[in-house]
Amino acid sequence: MSLLSKLKETVIGLRAGRVTFPYPRKAREAPAKYRGRPIFDGTKCIGCAGCANNCPAREILVIDVCQEIRILQYLGRRCTYCGRCADLCPEKAITMSGEYETATDRIGDLQQRLELFMSTCQRCGRCFKEPSALERLQMKGYRFDDLANERWVFRSQSYLQGAPPADDINLDLD
Amino acid sequence: MLETLCQKMFGRSLWVYHANSGGCNGCDIEVLAVLTPYYDAERFGIKLVGSPRHADAMLCQGPAMRATASALRRAYDAMPAPKLVFAIGSCACGGGVWHDSYSVLGPVERVIPVNYYIPGCPPRPEAIIYGVAVAAGLVDKRTAPVQFKQLELPIPRYHPSDLRGGGELVVYERSEKI
Repeated sequence: MSLLSKLKETVIGLRAGRVTFPYPRKAREAPAKYRGRPIFDGTKCIGCAGCANNCPAREILVIDVCQEIRILQYLGRRCTYCGRCADLCPEKAITMSGEYETATDRIGDLQQRLELFMSTCQRCGRCFKEPSALERLQMKGYRFDDLANERWVFRSQSYLQGAPPADDINLDLD
Repeated sequence: MLETLCQKMFGRSLWVYHANSGGCNGCDIEVLAVLTPYYDAERFGIKLVGSPRHADAMLCQGPAMRATASALRRAYDAMPAPKLVFAIGSCACGGGVWHDSYSVLGPVERVIPVNYYIPGCPPRPEAIIYGVAVAAGLVDKRTAPVQFKQLELPIPRYHPSDLRGGGELVVYERSEKI
């Protein structure tokens, strides 16, 4: 009986195979949903600092050197890779990469620094507020003055001659 | 300098001691995953020991807290002389999300000197193995600080000094538009 059980154990041991990953010799990809280090794309960034305002670890610093130059500094020390900055970036300048091999002996190696020009008013040199979506519609000829009924009221006459300017919005005459 | 010293001192096998000074236990579980057969860390001679007196390296998890800072310092002092400290996770590297709360002093380097940093919340078991391999000189580190600098304004600025031509046709020199 004991010999039989030993034989059974041997068979199980032979069939078990190997489970160890050959990790440091062969690179191992992170799963598709894994969030690693965020990558900041300086060519897309507009410097709105929304990431800095919403970072739970307060790890993105905004330094305004002067009126026109803004430095966006991501330190990466206590970043929890939550991906909130990538979520709310309006220009999708931040992507969460699958990079996880970020071990280092200097903590400064993790930082990313963007130095951006902020566009200012060319006449007075101060920053100006971007027109909101409603104000931009006004510039195109729409007017949102019927706030109680939430109706679009059309102001410009030039659009009314041919086809309706927008298919999905019902427009009333002024 | 540090790497050559590490290769010399810790070339053969690295006995690690596992210190949690107030973390959430996430990094502990990842360190334990490193020691399972899947990521068999004993291939590289990495062995977990129970006492800091036997250890070559200390794996720190969790920030330095008001209550545990002295215990962490005592554990560090108890380790024999060539010693390495790894800070594992965002809490140990930078203080964590609650870095500015009452009971958190900050990263563990406020209390003990840290040699290697493994960021992540928690870091993958591969990342921990990678950090130990960087310390042992098996692989090179892959991170470097990134700096981006805009050299020109992204939108054209019409300075009068850059305008060429006269009369009706005025050409802006920097951009090819009229």
